[in-house]
Amino acid sequence: MSPSAGRLSLWLLLTPFLLWIVLLVLVPHLQMLRVSFQVRESWDTLAWGVEQYQNFFTESYYWRTFVRTGVMSLLTTFLTLIVAFPIAWYIARLARGRARGFLFLACLIPFWASELVRTYGWMILLRESGLFSAWLQALGWADGPVEMLYNDVAVIIGLVYNGLLFMVVPLVTTLDGMDENLVEAGYDLGGSHATVLREVVVPWAMPGIVSGCIVVFMLTLGSYLTPILMGGKDSAWFTQQIFTQFITRFNWEQGAALGVLLLVLSSLIVWLGLKLTGQSLRKVLG
Amino acid sequence: MIRSVPRSRWFDGLYLAYLVAFFVYLALPLLVTGVFAFNDAPFPSLPWKGFTLDWYLADGSAGRTGLFHDDGLLAALWTSVRVAFWVTVVSVALGCVNAVLFERLQFRGKEFLYVLMLLPLVIPGVILGVSILVFYSGMANDVSRAWGIELDVFRPGMPLVVMGQVTFITTLSTLVIAARLRKFDPQLEEAALNLGATPLVAWFTVTLPWLLPSVFGAAAMAFLMSFENFNTTVMLTGSDTPLTVALFNRLREGSTPVLNAVALLLMVGSALLAMVVMGRSESRPS
Repeated sequence: MSPSAGRLSLWLLLTPFLLWIVLLVLVPHLQMLRVSFQVRESWDTLAWGVEQYQNFFTESYYWRTFVRTGVMSLLTTFLTLIVAFPIAWYIARLARGRARGFLFLACLIPFWASELVRTYGWMILLRESGLFSAWLQALGWADGPVEMLYNDVAVIIGLVYNGLLFMVVPLVTTLDGMDENLVEAGYDLGGSHATVLREVVVPWAMPGIVSGCIVVFMLTLGSYLTPILMGGKDSAWFTQQIFTQFITRFNWEQGAALGVLLLVLSSLIVWLGLKLTGQSLRKVLG
Repeated sequence: MIRSVPRSRWFDGLYLAYLVAFFVYLALPLLVTGVFAFNDAPFPSLPWKGFTLDWYLADGSAGRTGLFHDDGLLAALWTSVRVAFWVTVVSVALGCVNAVLFERLQFRGKEFLYVLMLLPLVIPGVILGVSILVFYSGMANDVSRAWGIELDVFRPGMPLVVMGQVTFITTLSTLVIAARLRKFDPQLEEAALNLGATPLVAWFTVTLPWLLPSVFGAAAMAFLMSFENFNTTVMLTGSDTPLTVALFNRLREGSTPVLNAVALLLMVGSALLAMVVMGRSESRPS
């Protein structure tokens, strides 16, 4: 190809990419940042200021929810990792032939249903008139209906459930490529189960662990349905406050500020996770 | 912990019990959702009152309105289909172009642009929706105020929902298609050029057929992701609500087995789509 034709094809391919990334990602986010620093003085005049951010720090309701959402998301991510690791290990290393494909497929099935359907299933199980309550009564372990929904444990159960696939798949992929000789060598050198796990398996699986944790953390932090439908009256989620500002109260300036704060929190934690484990975004996602 | 290392019976038993418990945890919510779509009772809860198809077929005359006679839900379903169609078309087209751009061309700043391309995956869905709402709907407001021109496309509604979903689904389809393009042998294309094909002909007769399985895979994934999306959609939806948002609104009013009927339909639909795509990719040698 001549240089000019090469240049032309580069621009032909680059243009759609730039349009997408600039018009749908960069400019809208910059505008959100700009609006978050605007203060409405009257219906048609605006001034610059940090009033929205001040509101966030002075209203304890905002920042308490913020901290709560962050902490619960980290907890959920950690639990998801703990729950998923033995399963991924079994699928990648212990199961053979047909069983392997079948088990992997079984992990995928729930994710062909939407988050709403999954959450709804949990509501049918956990609520006062739900299945667990009925079973407990039938077994004689409870005298009356038991309410298991609308508390933090229920929210975490639902969130871990939602995150599992995104943890199992990267873990299986990385564990699959591991050389068993490394593990055997670890045992031959006198390592216990714990030592081999810590010194051989976990370092090897680190890219999968990091990519799973990032995706699960992101999804949990930004989830809306599960905390709202399964959580109690006091267990607000930060996304709910953003939604309230935008849709219910039509206070875009405040909503934009809360949105920026959530974005900063998620970026910060993802960045920290990558730095602490020595991974790069490109390596774990691309 | 690997096949060649002996394990105690006690450990094996415990591991097996954990696996069983895990898969029960995975299956239970979906199972109950499906089963209660056929319970002859006004609430999705025990006791079991017998099998019925009312939640699909009842025409409202006996106080029950089945899914196929529920105009609100059917309209929402149709909205979801239309949104998913456009999201699939746009994000797969963009995905193809991006894949070629990043896999086949060398240019300055490629690494930086690649990381930009990955960004939508680490932005919470709610924030993607909010930023697009702030920018486009805000622009429509400003234009209307300044010049009295109504830019209705940029108000909450179908076009904005499509834009919001395209933002992150494009990244996913790019990754799927790029992964397959990476395995392509460029010599095949060179052979076509040597045989006298123009670059365009070579692309359509050699490279594109090679990419097709991944294009179908990306399309099915895009369709499912769009259909199921809630977090981005809820911020951008106007008067014609897609199915997930409509279901959410119904669910807040209280649950009826009609919701189970919809949920089961969604699960079966997406499972069928997933199986068609998987069957396709298995039957083609890659």
